[in-house]
Amino acid sequence: MTIIVLFLAVVSSIAAWWLWHQGLTSKPWLEEGVIGDARAPGMSTTSPSKVGLGVFLVVASTLFMLLISAYAMRMPARDWLPLPIPKMLWLTTGLLVLSSIALQSALMAARRGSLAGVRGGLVAGGVSALAFLFGQLVAWRQLSTEGFLLAANVANAFFYLMTALHGLHVSGGLVALGRTGAKVWSDDQFELPEITASVELCAIYWHFLLFVWLILFALLMGWGSDFLEICRQVFADP
Amino acid sequence: MADVAHGAYEGVRPAEVPDVELYHPKSWWTTYVFSQDAKVIAIQYALTAMSIGLVALVLSWLIRIQLAFPGVLPFIDAHAYYQIITMHGMIMVIYLLTALFLGGFGNYLIPLMLGARDMVFPYVNMLSYWIYLLAVLVLVASFFAPGGPTGAGWTLYPPQAILEGTPGQEWGIILMLSSLALFIIGFTMGGLNYVVTVLQGRTRGMTLMRMPLSVWGIFTATVMALLAFPALFVGVVMMMFDKLLGTSFFMPSIAQMGQHLSYGGGSPILFQHLFWFFGHPEVYIVALPAFGIVSDLISTHARRNIFGYRMMVWAIVAIGALSFVVWAHHMYVSGMNPYFGFFFATSTLIIAIPTAIKVYNWVLTLWRGNIHFTVPLLFAVAFIVTFVNGGITGLFLGNVVVDVPLSDTMFVVAHFHMVMGVAPIMVVFGAIYHWYPKITGRMYNETLAQIHFWITFLGAYAIFFPMHYVGLMGVPRRYYELGESHLSSSVTLNHYITIAALIVGAAQMVFIFNMVWSLFKGKEAGGNPWRATTLEWQTPHTPPRHGNWGKELPVVYRWAYDYSVPGAAEDFIPQNQPPAPQGA
Repeated sequence: MTIIVLFLAVVSSIAAWWLWHQGLTSKPWLEEGVIGDARAPGMSTTSPSKVGLGVFLVVASTLFMLLISAYAMRMPARDWLPLPIPKMLWLTTGLLVLSSIALQSALMAARRGSLAGVRGGLVAGGVSALAFLFGQLVAWRQLSTEGFLLAANVANAFFYLMTALHGLHVSGGLVALGRTGAKVWSDDQFELPEITASVELCAIYWHFLLFVWLILFALLMGWGSDFLEICRQVFADP
Repeated sequence: MADVAHGAYEGVRPAEVPDVELYHPKSWWTTYVFSQDAKVIAIQYALTAMSIGLVALVLSWLIRIQLAFPGVLPFIDAHAYYQIITMHGMIMVIYLLTALFLGGFGNYLIPLMLGARDMVFPYVNMLSYWIYLLAVLVLVASFFAPGGPTGAGWTLYPPQAILEGTPGQEWGIILMLSSLALFIIGFTMGGLNYVVTVLQGRTRGMTLMRMPLSVWGIFTATVMALLAFPALFVGVVMMMFDKLLGTSFFMPSIAQMGQHLSYGGGSPILFQHLFWFFGHPEVYIVALPAFGIVSDLISTHARRNIFGYRMMVWAIVAIGALSFVVWAHHMYVSGMNPYFGFFFATSTLIIAIPTAIKVYNWVLTLWRGNIHFTVPLLFAVAFIVTFVNGGITGLFLGNVVVDVPLSDTMFVVAHFHMVMGVAPIMVVFGAIYHWYPKITGRMYNETLAQIHFWITFLGAYAIFFPMHYVGLMGVPRRYYELGESHLSSSVTLNHYITIAALIVGAAQMVFIFNMVWSLFKGKEAGGNPWRATTLEWQTPHTPPRHGNWGKELPVVYRWAYDYSVPGAAEDFIPQNQPPAPQGA
């Protein structure tokens, strides 16, 4: 549980820093009249959707951090048998990187005002994300044919659970991407700023998915175990 | 933030919202059923929560009857008893209190108090309610599933929760876990709305430090819930895997009915950590909205500005943050390292400091106030007393050496019912009476409300005060039958508690009758019967229509607590009243 507490410490210090700049020390009972901007300085142009996505990313990160905490607490048990990570995952990691790059290029194209660029980026991003999901399924298939079944060992169970939860988040992202695509293709009478905003949300979410995947991948490959071991020694986590 | 200007800067929200921005309902169905209006969603949430709460109320009657008069109700055997206590706890904590405070009051109050037309994502908000309703229906379905609902206790500890011998281990537990997962998904949708509306939906002039404390409480509780519920979600999903797919996240090597199961190596303690990482913040997810609302009730009905507004805000935020590092005080008897117990006892006691600040500030707000003994004020004061009572026994239980002998006794039951059962329910009633005139446009019947208050308040004490004593005598909780007891005073007290509980439960019918009757026959209340300052009382129509405000959004010129301002014409100045011209 140390990991989730550290994570929440980071979140709450960011929240505290933000609150501090919201005039938390002002004396509202002495102040009459319209006080400037109801929104924080510098945040006035942020759209509610973007803020909403930001809050959602914090919630999703909490979910994955809790999963990693559980992983770290369950791993020291004697019955833990690490499973060989399929080579396939290197490929899928590459696909997710490509997907993220494609959406970033779509965003940059939208900012330039190039419709063709947006469409190309969205297609490339969507296809590579679908290929990523397909690759994850192939990896599952390989593992299960080699006998690393879900219930056989808890290390397998964590592998399937983590990849499945991440895959679900990718699928949810694909739904949002599809809606953005529908907006881009439906008619030519759309507003470019609106498209840019949608593409930006998708791109941010994709970078988040990639970031989470890289952490999970590192953890599943066992690169994080030394770090976890140090944490355990320092905090003697039960 | 300190510079005060009478004009507006760039970047301020436009006062007029273009009509297309608002979703307009087209039919009866989209106005009242599949509505995207936060006020309708709030009422849907509240009615659903209270309906399922009534089920839990009846369950509590059954618990009490069984404890005092074992065997009187023949359908309560040991299995049924465990199912009853499990469902009572789960419904009350999650499906009633959490949903009512955040989904009900959150939806109603946040947009109105902040001068917004609606939540920022109305469609997601509607979805949130329907997923919540689905969660409730799945929960109800478990009553009718083969084997009945789960009887694992509201904490659902593995391994017993999914093994044979625990009632409802076939279907009940699966439905329970599914229902919780749905609830969390639905709540996350609503929660994102509440947070982003507070961050982005405020009207001009409504700085964070001008928000009423109700909004502060609901906002902080929502942030906490968004961070705490994922822990329950992870626990629920893993237990579902253990139950359905045979994994061993939580399940140790174990035999069931003489047969060795294929589980092995799992850690039940891991579940306890995940559960209480959610479970402790959950206490404050229920308490913080209550703290906020009670501040507004006291200030309005004692006609006095809230004492130490800044301290109140800081205390809410501090409690919210601290409540994430105290969870293991629910696990002192789980065999944890004593040093951890020491750490968690310390953090638990520290949380008493911001809480005490709040209690002092409420009392100091009442001090020399022009107190109107309206029903909302009575409930608010009852809350303060009850919360202090429950809080003080919390200080006892927060200490490891005191907690260990008292663990799993009725003392614990009495403690948490006082602090997170009775106290928040007092606020729920106070808040409903307070905002009823705004929601319906009519006044409740004062006499009936007074009857309801006195029976509920005194009755709650009649139930839970003696329960502390029963617990100190060593009577354990969760026992179906106490058997041949030599502690004869505990038997008499149990009779007494049960009779009180039956009366208090029946008194709630007075409340329901009052609400329904006043809806049709109550006096017209007018727009602002309490002469309150906050924005929801300044709407052009009562009840507020879709979009809340007329053509223009209100502009906020002052904080929410300008009561009895010296020299002012009235004893309250609404937040949207412009300042008097200079030199006048």
